[in-house]
Amino acid sequence: MMSLTGYLIVGALLFGISLAGIIINRKNLILLLMCVELMLLAVNTNFIAFSHYLNDLQGEIFVFFILTVAAAEAAIGLAILMVLFRKRRTINVEELNTLKG
Amino acid sequence: MTFQLPNFIPAIPEMFLFVMTMLVLLVELFHSPRFKNLGYYLAQLTLLGALILTIKFYAFQSVVTFHGSYILDHAACLLKIFIFASSFFVLIYTKDYIKENHLPQTEYYVLTLLIVLGMSVLVSAYSMITVYLGLELLSLPLYAMIAFKRDSGLCAEAAMKYFIMGAVASGILLYGISMLYGATQSLVISAVAEKIASASLANNLLITFGLVFVFAGVMFKLGAVPFHMWVPDVYQGSPNAVTLFIASATKLAAFGLTVRLLIDTFHVLHPIWQHVAMVIAILSMGIGNFVAIIQTNFKRMLAYSSIAHMGYLLLGLIAGTEAGYGAAMFYMVIYVIMSLGAFGLLVILSRSGYEVENISDLKGLHTRNPWLAFLMLLVMFSMAGIPPSAGFFAKISVLEALVSAHLVWLAALALIFAIIGVYYYIRVVKTMYFDTAEDESKIVIYGVGKQVAISVNCLSVLALGILPTGLFNLCILAFK
Repeated sequence: MMSLTGYLIVGALLFGISLAGIIINRKNLILLLMCVELMLLAVNTNFIAFSHYLNDLQGEIFVFFILTVAAAEAAIGLAILMVLFRKRRTINVEELNTLKG
Repeated sequence: MTFQLPNFIPAIPEMFLFVMTMLVLLVELFHSPRFKNLGYYLAQLTLLGALILTIKFYAFQSVVTFHGSYILDHAACLLKIFIFASSFFVLIYTKDYIKENHLPQTEYYVLTLLIVLGMSVLVSAYSMITVYLGLELLSLPLYAMIAFKRDSGLCAEAAMKYFIMGAVASGILLYGISMLYGATQSLVISAVAEKIASASLANNLLITFGLVFVFAGVMFKLGAVPFHMWVPDVYQGSPNAVTLFIASATKLAAFGLTVRLLIDTFHVLHPIWQHVAMVIAILSMGIGNFVAIIQTNFKRMLAYSSIAHMGYLLLGLIAGTEAGYGAAMFYMVIYVIMSLGAFGLLVILSRSGYEVENISDLKGLHTRNPWLAFLMLLVMFSMAGIPPSAGFFAKISVLEALVSAHLVWLAALALIFAIIGVYYYIRVVKTMYFDTAEDESKIVIYGVGKQVAISVNCLSVLALGILPTGLFNLCILAFK
């Protein structure tokens, strides 16, 4: 039986990895989308750990909502990616630099 | 266990909005090509209906329903009224723009209505789940709407940037909420606030973590420095019609989020987040005003000006009194009216396939269309905070709240930044009135509705500057 702290550390690690991935990754937009999903999963880990530890159902219900919204979000993100690729023929993050100043 | 039917009355405007949105979506499938603007009229009817329902069920006392996860109070009602009204104006301005640029019309109206629904759920959310769902219902259609000019790579890039940034912000906000849930064992805002008030903060790491992450998420949605990177890119990259929407109605929703999370949940911890907010406010006013000076793109300049305005808005929150919160809300409402005017004029001046977006595009507007130039002048003066415009009164009320909270140095600093900011607003006026255009031809605007709407919009900036008391008292009352 793992302690609550263990789960929270896993959540924090996942969150940190995803944030680092978003900041460090300069090559591929799909990796960015994956990092975003990972971030939401880190939050879910937290919620489930708390929910189990506090013996309270609300957290688990919240997780269902987050999963649903994450699916919708991924769909929209990939759709935008398609539009972008069709126009630019690239998904390199570094080449998304037309807008600046 | 018995099942009790919840009180549906507080959510009537949202239900109406939802049903009508689905109706607009269906009608498009079946209607005959003879009624070309049916989608537009239905959408406007929906917004008007929702507005009337909100006024009819105006809550003078706050009502909580759906097992504590939904609230209708003064602040929510007021914000909803302005959200519906500003979206109504947005649709009037953009109707011809959408048609001339051959954008999918019905989709535009459906997405707009969905965003409005999300905003109105967000401002009356009273549980973390409702806050999150409202926020996402507002953001997801907005991402789609930015990317919706499919032949433009610029729009897709702006949408992608907004999407990544927005998703990260939601993630950060959720992480904070999960910490709060762990610390307080509740998701309902009133219960969370109670638990926070009774817990001693010194030994409660979870609440501190929660506060930090939630605060960052909220600042991101407001678009304050250092979470402002998306604002200029999104403003510049989106089609004018969408920028208009992002710069007006969604700002009200962002303020609603601030009310629910920072004021309702974390009011007890105000002495702690106050200091962080001070740094953010100073940075926002500074960076916003200075960087706006070097911009040549009008939309980008207004984006930096919006960052600076968010800094002023934060001053009201820093004061932390009822008057301060009220002043912040008043500031937000006035800001929305002003930016509705400024971007509305851009949309109206844009013709088919030609986006007015550089400051130089406004050259000689005075000779080409004196009335629109005058309206733009009013809005620019108001944004700069020159009396007797509403922007002046909004700034005064925020500064007054600061001074009465004994933060005179901050008020003085804000004043200096405001004076620096005047420069770039006046430059726009100079371009319109004293520079000559290459093309001297008159600009004729077709459509009476549009012209009446923009005139009412911009003149109300002047009217609210001369008679601000009514609206101001309403805003103060929202936090009593």
